Amino acid sequence: MFFEYSIEGGNFAQAGSTSSQVKKNLKQLNVDGSVIKRTVVALYEAEVNIVAHAFRGTIIVEIMEDKIHILLNDEGPGIPDIGKAMEIGFSTASPEVREMGFGAGMGLSNMKNNSDELHISSKVGQGTRVEITNYFQAKPVSLQ
Amino acid sequence: MKISELADRLGLILYGGSSGIDKDAEGGYCSDLLSDVMGHAHANQVWITVQTHKNVIAVASLKELAAVIIVQGLEPAPEVIVQSEAENIPLLGTSESAFEIAGKIYSILK
Ligand SMILES: Nc1ncnc2c1ncn2[C@@H]1O[C@H](COP(=O)(O)OP(=O)(O)O)[C@@H](O)[C@H]1O
Ligand SMILES: [Mg+2]
Repeated sequence: MFFEYSIEGGNFAQAGSTSSQVKKNLKQLNVDGSVIKRTVVALYEAEVNIVAHAFRGTIIVEIMEDKIHILLNDEGPGIPDIGKAMEIGFSTASPEVREMGFGAGMGLSNMKNNSDELHISSKVGQGTRVEITNYFQAKPVSLQ
Repeated sequence: MKISELADRLGLILYGGSSGIDKDAEGGYCSDLLSDVMGHAHANQVWITVQTHKNVIAVASLKELAAVIIVQGLEPAPEVIVQSEAENIPLLGTSESAFEIAGKIYSILK
């Protein structure tokens, strides 16, 4: 199963809609609840990062029998130092964004804690690519 | 304890999401940072916050929280109330501070 979504930078009203759609799909497939919970947290944070930090992006979700693979690609400023960005509390979010409760600098660590595999690469001035993979563990799903 | 009973006992205002008030509250989480809630809150908890915008409902729904309580007499915008209805997340309010209401909820639920 394959889904593609496009995300607009700055559109906070839309933030989370991809996560909510993916959650519905995983529930329909009877994926283990704890895997759904983790996937939703990781995807939400990655989705919000495109909205908060980039100009636009795409999210490609692929659900296989044993895993979900999510690829987020954005056009944006990129991340100069990914190691530093991963630190809890590090954030370049604007004051307005922080006032809404985003920009706590906890997003990337939430992504790390809630994905089985996380790969982030970035080119400054071009954009960021985030790849999240979560496994369905003991219980493969039936995609017919 | 059911959200409806908790709301009665604490005199909370119900702004929206009344279809969810029969859910049971299993503890609470107090935070104004969305990522903190994403990372640390658990399903069926009551979320106490000063945030009033639409993303609060998105987070509450994704985390399957039992309800949102907006403190300090702050009020949600109409579109946030609509969203709480759509997601069946009870959206409640109080004029009390997060500290006061959390203390009361703690002593009721502990
Ligand atoms: N997609 C992205 N594009 C550009 N910068 C990003 C992106 N994702 C994360 N960052 C950078 O990494 C920092 C930390 O991200 P995160 O942990 O999610 O915290 P927050 O989003 O709350 O600032 C951000 O403040 C930003 O500087
Ligand atoms: Mg973030």
